[in-house]
Amino acid sequence: MADKVRIRMTVNGLEQRGEVEPRMLLVHYLRETLGLTGTHIGCDTSQCGACVVHVDGQAVKSCTLFAVQADGSSVTTIEGLVKDGQYHPVQEGFWEKHGLQCGFCTPGMIMAAADLLNKNSNPTDAEIRHALEGNLCRCTGYQNIVLAVQYAAAKMRGEPVTGAAD
Amino acid sequence: MAEVTKMIGKAIKRREDPRLIQGRGNYVDDIKLPGMTYAAVVRSPYAHAKIKGIDVSRALAHPGVLAVYVGEDMLDINPLPAAWQAGGVKNVAVTPRALAVGKVTHVGDGVALVIAEDRYTARDAVDLVEVEYEPLPAVVDARKATEPGAPLVHEAAANNICMEWECGDAARTSAAIASAEVVVKEEIINQRLIPTPMETRGSLARYDVATGEFTVWMTSQAPHVMRLLLTAFVFGIPETRLRCIAPNVGGGFGQKIFCYADMAFTMWASRKLGRPVKYIEDRSENYKTSTHGRDHVTEVELAGTRDGKVTGLRVKTWANLGGYFSTIAAGIPTTLYGRILTGVYKIPAAHCKVWGTYTNTALVDAYRGAGRPEASYLIERMMDRFAAEIGMDPAEVRRRNYIQPQDFPYDNGLGLLTYDSGNYEPALNKALQMVDYQNFRHEQAEARKQGRYLGLGLSSYVEICGVAPSAWIGAAGQGWGAGLFESANVRVHLTGKVVVTTGSLPHGQGVETTFAQILADELGVPYEDVTIEWGDTLAAPFGYGTYGSRSLAVGGMAMHRSAQKIKEKAKIIAAHMLEAAPEDMVFENGRAFVKGSPDKAKTLAEIALQASLAYSLPQGTEPFLDETTYYDPPNCTFPFGTHIAIVEVDPATGKVDLKRYVGVDDVGNIINPLIVEGQLHGGIAQGVAQALYEHGFYDDEGQLLSGTMLEYAIPTAAMLPWYELEHTVTPSPVNPMGVKGAGEAGTIGSAQAVMNAVIDALSHLGVKHMQMPATPERVWRTIQSSKQAAD
Repeated sequence: MADKVRIRMTVNGLEQRGEVEPRMLLVHYLRETLGLTGTHIGCDTSQCGACVVHVDGQAVKSCTLFAVQADGSSVTTIEGLVKDGQYHPVQEGFWEKHGLQCGFCTPGMIMAAADLLNKNSNPTDAEIRHALEGNLCRCTGYQNIVLAVQYAAAKMRGEPVTGAAD
Repeated sequence: MAEVTKMIGKAIKRREDPRLIQGRGNYVDDIKLPGMTYAAVVRSPYAHAKIKGIDVSRALAHPGVLAVYVGEDMLDINPLPAAWQAGGVKNVAVTPRALAVGKVTHVGDGVALVIAEDRYTARDAVDLVEVEYEPLPAVVDARKATEPGAPLVHEAAANNICMEWECGDAARTSAAIASAEVVVKEEIINQRLIPTPMETRGSLARYDVATGEFTVWMTSQAPHVMRLLLTAFVFGIPETRLRCIAPNVGGGFGQKIFCYADMAFTMWASRKLGRPVKYIEDRSENYKTSTHGRDHVTEVELAGTRDGKVTGLRVKTWANLGGYFSTIAAGIPTTLYGRILTGVYKIPAAHCKVWGTYTNTALVDAYRGAGRPEASYLIERMMDRFAAEIGMDPAEVRRRNYIQPQDFPYDNGLGLLTYDSGNYEPALNKALQMVDYQNFRHEQAEARKQGRYLGLGLSSYVEICGVAPSAWIGAAGQGWGAGLFESANVRVHLTGKVVVTTGSLPHGQGVETTFAQILADELGVPYEDVTIEWGDTLAAPFGYGTYGSRSLAVGGMAMHRSAQKIKEKAKIIAAHMLEAAPEDMVFENGRAFVKGSPDKAKTLAEIALQASLAYSLPQGTEPFLDETTYYDPPNCTFPFGTHIAIVEVDPATGKVDLKRYVGVDDVGNIINPLIVEGQLHGGIAQGVAQALYEHGFYDDEGQLLSGTMLEYAIPTAAMLPWYELEHTVTPSPVNPMGVKGAGEAGTIGSAQAVMNAVIDALSHLGVKHMQMPATPERVWRTIQSSKQAAD
């Protein structure tokens, strides 16, 4: 076992310092060391995307990064997406459009969709589906996820949106 | 009086979601206990081998490793139980132990257990355990396993046959086939699938040294059943010594119904070590060792007349059960498959024979639809084969054979309960209208002239929902070792807030929302005042859990019954408060009053306060509004519908483009349309995935070649279509809510719609059948070989 390495990063706006094994994955650091269990693990081959977080504003699969590689970075997880008590428009879209069922893929899916909308404020259906190819969902068949992202995109552009019945 | 807003039928967003979209769910792997240890399993790389020796010394010496156990250490607990066997016949049920003893029967079979202080150390030490194997020849195919000379998976099961079962009328079916104008025959393979809930499985066990009691947090669809099986059968301890908790469960699709080795070995090790033990599968382990679904090889003959009437159906199916018998493995290809093989059609003679066989593969058990997708795929493929054979439109052939509305309740002659209600033709007509059927046939003909291959596939399905009636499932010859009722307790607290505890175990179905909608209407209380609790054997009355699309039709009905009992008691207490006679009281919209005097009413909150304080109650009335129901329905429910897929096949590459997907489903009355649509979307996605993408594939040595998400093609967002859905509504007469169920319908209706479309697209080349999945390679090869045949 290699010596532990000191790391320091900002996670959801709070500075975190610690010592980790060099081989520790970022997802395990977030989940086990910091207790941020909203980021999930659904595979062991970087396929499923349940672990997507933002590192310096970019969507990253946190199972594919060592914690030491995020040293000095600013990390946002699903727990850090609510601002001033308000849902991120993507979170709101997922709720309004029934974009989740079991909820396990949802944190990664929301983080990946938020990243897409940072880069493309008005994606087509095909662009949304393509952008989410690194995130697997087994429950929804994806249609409502696409609708959720469209909802969020419209909301972020300041356009009117239609939610669920209540 | 103010109109009370009705919640039933409203497409409200789910109350489950706020915690899940914020990453505040609570899945088993999120739970950390003081002193918790981590388990990792040494797994067999061989499909079939004797274990000659295991050297754990290097692993034990590794810093941070607390213990290493092998199968022989755990001989003080029993093998896992077989809860549902094929009925009326002998089953050679060889179930797995917590760890293999002496021999492994599939790749991934657990051989040794490492317990360490942390996850990484446990995994490190797995590589330090040295196991000496003597590899044996393997068999992976369900039918080949029964052939002479095939390697024997278990000594006890001659020819690898676990059970041999049949239903229907063999003599009548043979006669129908012998005298038929037309007989179509096919060999149909329903390939092995891997359910793949996004959360893998796992267990966290804690043993309380002081009391001798276990608590297990588990990824389970049925914690009460696990409690019963683990105590009464595996550990031989009182049921009360175990508390099972299923917190948030990240999808199940059947895979999380069953009793698994990790439940037993985490319990065993936590008792041995006096510390909590957590085991969470990684995805590769999930693929190799948690249950798979389907995997049938079938020989089928369908007989009929030249004018399109089906007169007979004969089916022989070899159902792969894998390396051991999983919890309810043999119930799936028998009761839930053979008994519904004739689908939506009135077929006067049918017979089905099933061999359940052991092979050197992962265990096979229920996967979304469980037997019913295999049945509906088979009959719907054969209806198309028959239509092509007699040169009749496939929609017309279906129409001529449908069970008619006046035939319900309908007995299909295969030993099933009667179909409750149905009206199949309107769903077909609506679906045909949605795709403009006649126009499509014209387009298809035009496209063919240009060398483009368009195809349309029909699927009319019926399925068995609300799987329950204990008296049926427990009847002699059905093979089930338990009942299947469901429980619900409803309590109205002193403050008027309502708490429901249910034996159902939602894991994505939105049961908290749906149940709260129903109860708000029933009791006339604000939706927000209703809380639905589940998942803990200590909190909820005994229930059988969530599978077989039974949460609403069985679990929801238990709650509905409890609500009626609450209202009856509320009327008695209100009568006392109003100094009236109980028999003169009515309960409406949350208020009890003397009939004809609604302005002098007592609200449920006022009655609940009176009931809870108990200062003045009518004689013989107990305090509190608290009612429990164990609801056992008289029948299952039988949702149905017609699905249509339209595809275009690229003649050069064989790639299938699923251009449209249309479904008209009849799931009875609908409580929350948003949730029902969601269930159908996800169900259809899994059927489409079977038709086009997924295959749990073993090579001849028993190596799982689709052992990770790299090889097993779970569809992405870009691989699935838009779903265009409509409904017809035929309420179920089985329950007063008229509900049927929607959790599996999409999966049961979809695979054959897509395959029928693919084959229709190639029909002008002479293609009559193709096995799933219709991957580009398989489609391309089919096109090439049909061209060669034509040359």
